[in-house]
Amino acid sequence: MMVLVSYDVATTDEGGQRRLRRVAKMCKNYGQRVQYSVFECLVDPAQWTLLRNKLEKEIDPEKDSLRYYFLGANWQKRVEHVGAKPTFDQEGPLII
Amino acid sequence: MNTLYVTTQGAYLSKEGETVLVSVEGVKRLQIPVHTLGGIVCFGRVMCSPYLMGFCAENQIGMSFLTEYGRFLARVQGPVSGNVLLRREQYRRADASEFSIAITRFILTGKICNARSVLQRALRDHSDKISHQEVEQAVTTLGNALKRIESINNLDELRGVEGETARSYFNVFDQLITHQKDDFYFRGRNRRPPLDNVNCMLSFLYTLLLHDVRSALEVVGLDPAVGFLHRDRPGRPGLALDMMEEFRAFLADRLVLSLINLGQVKAKGFTKAETRAVMMSDDTRKEVIVAYQKRKQDEILHPFIGEKVAIGILFHIQALLLARYLRGDLDGYPPFIWR
Repeated sequence: MMVLVSYDVATTDEGGQRRLRRVAKMCKNYGQRVQYSVFECLVDPAQWTLLRNKLEKEIDPEKDSLRYYFLGANWQKRVEHVGAKPTFDQEGPLII
Repeated sequence: MNTLYVTTQGAYLSKEGETVLVSVEGVKRLQIPVHTLGGIVCFGRVMCSPYLMGFCAENQIGMSFLTEYGRFLARVQGPVSGNVLLRREQYRRADASEFSIAITRFILTGKICNARSVLQRALRDHSDKISHQEVEQAVTTLGNALKRIESINNLDELRGVEGETARSYFNVFDQLITHQKDDFYFRGRNRRPPLDNVNCMLSFLYTLLLHDVRSALEVVGLDPAVGFLHRDRPGRPGLALDMMEEFRAFLADRLVLSLINLGQVKAKGFTKAETRAVMMSDDTRKEVIVAYQKRKQDEILHPFIGEKVAIGILFHIQALLLARYLRGDLDGYPPFIWR
């Protein structure tokens, strides 16, 4: 299934930079960065539980926020891209 | 599970966190989480960091290195993993002739059935374009061979039947090419190097198939080198070649036919070297890989487990079934038979 993860991490306070970096790294390990703080993650339910757990442990719920959008298995129909930084289809043929 | 094919010369693959990072001349081209991958195949001058290799080995992602033109060079294997007991049982059975014969018979049944289905399907779909008599003759030969192998209790004789059936199948293979007949013809199987366009594509697809089958065997903990129909020879993945037999006609051969008959490949996509070896152009090679990857995503009803699965998963299912048979959980190995 496809989950869109977006986050907002307060970088002004102490430790914010560190949290931001770590959240981004976790998302990167599970998905594709489509915009600065937006990731598309192609995961199965087990992997999703793992990722979600890791993310929620990392953030400071007082200052940061996470939003998940569940796009399901038929996500292709629900996503459109316009403009720069085209993405690649993780399920399609990967040839470089 | 997707496979990453790297055909860009000079590309560099490395591990970053839990992702595979592909860069070309220092510019990042692709970054992909490792858990979405089932295998990596590198063509020609592609470099990989040792850490990525280790990481792939750990996560049971098969890595193969081929020449630019698809000849197999090497494969990366990590520390020995999987179930020792299973592997020992595999060795024991490979040494015991009665078991080898039994497994070989199962494998050949799958191979011959699927080859026959390919011919029958052609008879049904293109009856106007092919010479009936010859193809029907081959179908009968294959059918008879299926009955004969039931009663053969000798490995060499079984191999003899395999040779015969392969010959009669390939004898009529040219008939199944219904379009672009001037550029694509099949006058018998040749390889190392392939001497015509059709053999060139066949060899290439067999290499891709071998990579996938081999990875599937390793994932379930079997030793791809110790086979039953194909006996041990240094550097030869005997078991992977065994298991490939049931997929050759159904997957690779049929794909070659449809690429030609639907005009997805053209004669100008092939070049002939002075050695008479035929090679594909980069675009044609990409076309073939894309077709293969797409085909693996098609779903099919598995006749034995009765579930709908993607063709790419078939290798894993068959490897599991073989492991179960070796462990004694199944009374026989049910080869994949295409209907």
